[in-house]
Amino acid sequence: MSSETTPAAVNDVSLYDVDNPAPVIEAPRKRTKKTPKATRTNFEMYGWLFMRLSGIVLVVLVLGHLLIQLVLDGGVSKIGFAFVAGRWASPFWQAWDLIMLWLAMLHGANGLRTVINDYAERHNTRFWLKMLLYTATVFTVLLGTLVIFTFDPNIR
Amino acid sequence: MSTATLDKVEANSQASPYIKVTFRLRRFNPEVSGEATWQDFEVEIDPKERVLDALHKIKWDLDGSLTFRRSCAHGICGSDAMRINGRNRLACKTLIKDLNPGKPITVEPIKGLTVLKDLVVDMEPFFQAYRDVMPFLITKGNEPTRERRQSAEDRERFDDTTKCILCAACTSSCPVFWNDGQYFGPAAIVNAHRFIFDSRDEAGEQRLEILNDKDGVWRCRTTFNCTDACPRGIEVTKAIQEVKRALITRRF
Repeated sequence: MSSETTPAAVNDVSLYDVDNPAPVIEAPRKRTKKTPKATRTNFEMYGWLFMRLSGIVLVVLVLGHLLIQLVLDGGVSKIGFAFVAGRWASPFWQAWDLIMLWLAMLHGANGLRTVINDYAERHNTRFWLKMLLYTATVFTVLLGTLVIFTFDPNIR
Repeated sequence: MSTATLDKVEANSQASPYIKVTFRLRRFNPEVSGEATWQDFEVEIDPKERVLDALHKIKWDLDGSLTFRRSCAHGICGSDAMRINGRNRLACKTLIKDLNPGKPITVEPIKGLTVLKDLVVDMEPFFQAYRDVMPFLITKGNEPTRERRQSAEDRERFDDTTKCILCAACTSSCPVFWNDGQYFGPAAIVNAHRFIFDSRDEAGEQRLEILNDKDGVWRCRTTFNCTDACPRGIEVTKAIQEVKRALITRRF
């Protein structure tokens, strides 16, 4: 037995003894008899499925988007008001951007929701973090949709 | 030639098989201090022995206050799951020579459960999750007068998950369980899998419904920690994925 660490410092000795033990080291959140509250919905399953399916579509949409915007035909230097106006004159690119916006925002928001559920320990923290997330998501999605549908190339 | 081998055997038997190994144990005694601390023990031990033998040596010869669980000591009862060198293993199935004994070997209680003393944790939340998936045969109708028969293929379907010894090595290696103890955990899902895919059982639908909820299989992030940790070599993540697949194919 060598290099024994001595936790019992002088002022520590009086704190705890056999009749007055220290609190045990608790896990962050504990399962109790009440915890599995059955919600009887398929929300989590649809969320999980949505992540897989939207992921496949997003690979095509986002890689295509990046290729067109940054690589092909002069790269990033060609992007200007005229370029965007020209693209959004076609319903095909409008639909592309709209689908990409909705899928990417919902995919990201659902991913962050699971991250918050996994890592936030206190109930209040997870509630407010999720509220912030949902607000930001709804705002971005609605604003983006509004811009795509009401875009006016002759704006001055 | 024959004399040479004889000499070699003699030389080997004369050399001591024992080596000095440092064990760094995570100690916690609420009757002494509220803090958990590391404590080093140096033991002379044959590297072909197991970590559990070293713990016995420490408890019996060096410090009788060391507290840990063990029952059968042969990898069947699942009492002595602990975190050895940062990985969940059974102390009774881990040989010291496999652990790089030149360096100190750390031994901690498994994570995500309340530490009661030294290496002993409160297993109640773990067993609560196990009970919640109803790990027993449920059938309808009259009881048959003879045994419930099953073909070899039907038995093979869930053979892997019958091996579980409820040691909690998988559940306490799961990062989702560490922070969010509400998750059912791999062990409960493995034991649900054992009955969901049993052709004799008739409550698979009920168990799937339980695991479909927000703390069920959809929280699995497929990090494969559970499969790595399982001392019985159960393909835990695969079993969880099979439950997910059963849930999806049931709906569509």
